[in-house]
Amino acid sequence: MAGTSPSTEPILSVRDLRVVTASRSNPRTVVEAVTFDVMPGETLCIVGESGSGKSVTAFSVMGLLPPDALRIAGGAVTLEGRNLAEVRYGEILALRATTMSMVFQEPMTALNPVQRIGEQIGEVIRIHRDTPAAERRRMVLKMLAEVDLPDPERIYAAYPHELSGGQRQRIVIAMALILEPKLLIADEPTTALDVTTQKQILHLMRELKTRHNTAVIFITHDFGVVSEIADRILVMKDGMVVEHGTREQILTNPVAAYTRKLVASVPNLHPPGREAARNAAILQVRNMSKTYGRASLFGKTAGVAALSAIDLDVHRDEVVGIVGESGSGKSTLARCIIGLVDGWQGEVRLGGEALAPNSRQRSNAIKQRIQIVFQDPYRSLNPRRVVSASLMEGLRNFGMGEREALAKVSEVLAIVGLERDVLRRYPHQFSGGQRQRLCLARAIVMEPEILIADEAVSALDVTVQAQVLDLLDDIKRRTGVAILFITHDLRVAAQISDKIVVMQKGRIVEQGTPHQVIGAPQQDYTRELIGSAPGAGWDFKNFRAFDTAPG
Amino acid sequence: MVAQTKLGTFLSSWPTRLALLMIVIVIVMAVFAPWLATHDPRFLDPAVRLRGPSAAHWLGTDSYGRDLYSRIIFGSRVSLLVGSGVLAIAIVFGVLFGALAGYFRSLDSLIMRIMDGVMAIPAILLAIAMVSVSGSSLSTVIVAIAIPEIPRVTRLVRGILLSVRGEPYVEAAVTLGTSPAAILVRHMLPNTVAPLIVQGTYIFAAAVLIEAILSFLGAGIPPEVPSWGNIIADGRTYFQLLPGLVLYPGIVLSLTILTINMVGDTARDALDPKLAGRA
Repeated sequence: MAGTSPSTEPILSVRDLRVVTASRSNPRTVVEAVTFDVMPGETLCIVGESGSGKSVTAFSVMGLLPPDALRIAGGAVTLEGRNLAEVRYGEILALRATTMSMVFQEPMTALNPVQRIGEQIGEVIRIHRDTPAAERRRMVLKMLAEVDLPDPERIYAAYPHELSGGQRQRIVIAMALILEPKLLIADEPTTALDVTTQKQILHLMRELKTRHNTAVIFITHDFGVVSEIADRILVMKDGMVVEHGTREQILTNPVAAYTRKLVASVPNLHPPGREAARNAAILQVRNMSKTYGRASLFGKTAGVAALSAIDLDVHRDEVVGIVGESGSGKSTLARCIIGLVDGWQGEVRLGGEALAPNSRQRSNAIKQRIQIVFQDPYRSLNPRRVVSASLMEGLRNFGMGEREALAKVSEVLAIVGLERDVLRRYPHQFSGGQRQRLCLARAIVMEPEILIADEAVSALDVTVQAQVLDLLDDIKRRTGVAILFITHDLRVAAQISDKIVVMQKGRIVEQGTPHQVIGAPQQDYTRELIGSAPGAGWDFKNFRAFDTAPG
Repeated sequence: MVAQTKLGTFLSSWPTRLALLMIVIVIVMAVFAPWLATHDPRFLDPAVRLRGPSAAHWLGTDSYGRDLYSRIIFGSRVSLLVGSGVLAIAIVFGVLFGALAGYFRSLDSLIMRIMDGVMAIPAILLAIAMVSVSGSSLSTVIVAIAIPEIPRVTRLVRGILLSVRGEPYVEAAVTLGTSPAAILVRHMLPNTVAPLIVQGTYIFAAAVLIEAILSFLGAGIPPEVPSWGNIIADGRTYFQLLPGLVLYPGIVLSLTILTINMVGDTARDALDPKLAGRA
């Protein structure tokens, strides 16, 4: 299971790689002193948070650095004994796909939407080899079967929009591997996918790697994925290698302080012991359904059911984690409750009072009691407004004076761990984590009874994510606010929730305490979700593998 | 800080600086016309009809003996008045209709179908019709040119509002109890400013050009008023005798249109980094 013994020559060897910004006058170092080898048949995971230089390192190997922004300033990148820094551009082109190839993060945009799948994969062969058309077709069909796509003949003739995200990522992998390259670089290849799909793709990559003895560089921010796929791990931070070792070394006995912090921040599937809140239900959702109608030519509506027959209770002082994959309706549920989506059926009661479907029809007194924090911290604050204006907006709407509102906002800033001087700045001066703290401050300054966190930590780096989760817990304890925590990540939900609600296709599949849901799932779908959670077998916080099943 | 960088990009290229210089020259011409002109642009002097350039008449005289140089100088006033008048009307009504259509979904299809209807009217035909009904005057021409421009602004504003209404910061404002009017003014409309600056330059240039076309066709500004279109229309009969009667005002008109459009293009590139570097 551990690293492959270095009995053979490395496929790729990177020595003292240094990448700088292309600015002539004042070049800034982006990647420095990066050194590693990749052996045939080995998977090297490069792990790091955003801005760590992990993707830049991979792009340097592929010769894909944007020429007007970044350039290699030093070091050697040796692929099968040839230093790529000394090779002409045309030769690098010839090496791509034949010797090294790449899989990108976003399968939805990686394929040409107006070309059939078969032709797109066939094109890779046509560019590099003089293979007759019939033989090309045979090779493509064989490869489609190899990436476990059903009915290769049909897929061959299909356009990308006819396929799901997971199927498209299989196509991209097929394209990368069709000429049997020695080295495959995968840049966050499963980040955009649902967990169940992610599990299948990881399985496929492991299988193909073994079958073809391909060396793989796998770039990811997710230690769960790392624990599933890595032979060796390279941890990067701020363009430098922090630590380098086998999977076991890094996961069980990390040396560098940063690695320890990074690994310990990874949420695991084992819920901490929590006492179920036994307060009165503050929010009651009864029989909620929402159908997105599509008016057809004849005036009939062929609807898509986004939610059907949802019953949900949220108690004071409770975190309810709503978990589901994309399309499960979890965000729609949140948006219906807060009134950003209307036209739903059923009933929402807040402290016994029935709510109007649309937030426009609700009084400000009602609006104040439910607040929301969104996923994307970069789009959640008006970029043109100074932070104090954004944070005071709600209070001012309720007629509070400027001085009083400012005093209240300052108080809340202390809770979310920000200094008072942030008030005079603009959103673009903050990092993603800081912005999410600002959004939290904007919501809790309203003193809501319900706080909806719609994927509020999903866009954050894992160490920042851990901090914001702690902050949410802290806010709950201080204010008694009930939190509706919507996430696609069962591991995060397991850590923060008092109750977990699993949704699939607009329905609640199962709900209960984290121990019930994760430890003794009743439904097949819940079991599948648990089985797909990457790194389920690892207790990252304590640097060891679990010896018991979660729950 | 961001604004400064954008302004820096904007001013960094020589063509843009030249274009801005040309615009400044036209504005100076219009503002200081009485001082810059050597003659009264309407003064008929039959003694010096159709003369070539001379010390007294720098660019020569037209068929009524009027000084061509002075008429071109005064013509800039008409062009700038028409340009800014059309721009003001198009922006005010376009933003109003666009905001109503983009924010209040119930009004959307009504307003947009009316705008489609207005867009279907050929601008020049509308102007000719309006001038023949209410007589030729500067204000009629401005209104006639402005009406077909309104739907363009409406569509632009509506499109932007539709794309930002789903932005989390707009939705956050809804949940904070901000009133619809305040959401529109504070959070949504500021997004339209940069595109409107760009669109505004095109509208301005188009208005100047259409006024010249209308005047040339005899359906624009009253013929005694010196406008670039009128000057070209007067001169066309004598083109073979004195090409300058058409060429000089024509060159000034073309340069003005060209430079305004150039400034618009650079403004678009500077304000929208995604388009930078594209043709």
